[in-house]
Amino acid sequence: MKLATKALNGNRYALARIISLVEDDGANARSALANLYPHTGQAHIVGVTGAPGTGKSTLVNQLAKFLRTQDITVGVVAVDPSSPFTGGALLGDRVRMRDLAGDPGVFIRSMASRGSLGGLARATSDVVKVLDAVGFAVVLIETVGAGQAEVEIARTAHTTIVIEAPGMGDEVQALKAGLMEIADVLVVNKADRPGAANTARALEMVIDRNSTRGEESEDAWIPSILQTIALDGAGVPAMWEMVAAHREYLRSTGLWTEKERARIETEMLNILQNELLDQLLARVGEEQMETWIGRIAARDVDVYTAVRAILEGEK
Amino acid sequence: MHLELFLKDYDKGAENLMKERLRILIAKPGLDGHDRGAKVIARALRDAGFEVIYTGLRQTPEMIVESALQEDVDAVGLSILSGAHMTLVSRVIDELHSAGLEHIQVFVGGIIPDEDTVALKEQGVAGVFGPGANTEAAADFIRQRLTES
Repeated sequence: MKLATKALNGNRYALARIISLVEDDGANARSALANLYPHTGQAHIVGVTGAPGTGKSTLVNQLAKFLRTQDITVGVVAVDPSSPFTGGALLGDRVRMRDLAGDPGVFIRSMASRGSLGGLARATSDVVKVLDAVGFAVVLIETVGAGQAEVEIARTAHTTIVIEAPGMGDEVQALKAGLMEIADVLVVNKADRPGAANTARALEMVIDRNSTRGEESEDAWIPSILQTIALDGAGVPAMWEMVAAHREYLRSTGLWTEKERARIETEMLNILQNELLDQLLARVGEEQMETWIGRIAARDVDVYTAVRAILEGEK
Repeated sequence: MHLELFLKDYDKGAENLMKERLRILIAKPGLDGHDRGAKVIARALRDAGFEVIYTGLRQTPEMIVESALQEDVDAVGLSILSGAHMTLVSRVIDELHSAGLEHIQVFVGGIIPDEDTVALKEQGVAGVFGPGANTEAAADFIRQRLTES
């Protein structure tokens, strides 16, 4: 029996194997994904992002635990960075997710970013598709501890939760572009710590600003700011309520489909770009590329002229 | 450097034959709370290019095997300082077998008497590392065991 069929029938090891294939990106992965794709499109994909140490893993653990009390099945993809030097990675998110052990309604997979920037791994969205296809109703994606510009998650998830914690910087940090702008749900975690109310207030100001920019209609989604204590789960049910409300909002406004089409477009362009580059490099060959690099480094030719010459040499 | 990445990528024919990255689960079964050794070896394996899934303290054999399955690892490394290694390791090995994961190799680190080392290896443990073990050598040994099969 095909791996994809086994996974669709609930075989968890087949599921794990397919995810590995997808991560390693071979021909087998492509055919498995092709078989699974018709089954996708059911899951609510929820991204959880924020700076390192704000409590992403702990909050994902609590959220998944809460969803299980509602009988909702949960797939978790937790991304941690790969070393740019050795390619190795220490994936430590499971440490905070031990409450979820032994529950067949939960599947957790740790992913190394494998050189990809933007807070996710290259294969993350395909791994999410696999979990979606086999029937997990909610797929939680925990990004790499994000700085300010790791906003890839907003393209992959339907709903993005951005987590802040008290004492992580002043108001100006919150006013900067990037992470704040992608939040559908904004959470101030560690709400039992001093300064949480101040952080929430500072964020409130930013949200006000964000929502008055442009000519957005009256029914535009304005992220609410919630406070949670991930250690004991306080505020988690309210957070889920907001996430579910966002899904209803996307559905009722037609943005669900619009977002999906935008995501597919980006995905298709990325894959086309990679495939075209692969094909081109295979034809041009390493030696010729090295020669061009040498010439550019020696100021003999500039990079744009070189690229044009390579492409024209192709014709 | 980027070019190297792309060139490596387009030479996919050979690349696809082997797994891109070795994945290993590092776990501490049982009740002792000393995780320094587990963290040191996790870090060393990371530096040796492994993808290390670190699960932390007080894992039951069932939890370890469940994680190993979900993460599709090539190996499991168990750090045990409590003296309960004979019981815990054989339970992990049994659980791996009953989950159909006998291909996953098991390594053990900790304070293990020589006669127990022999017994563990008879049960199928692929390597045992004591307190004085050189972490780089351990990583090399593990890589070798995982790639030769």
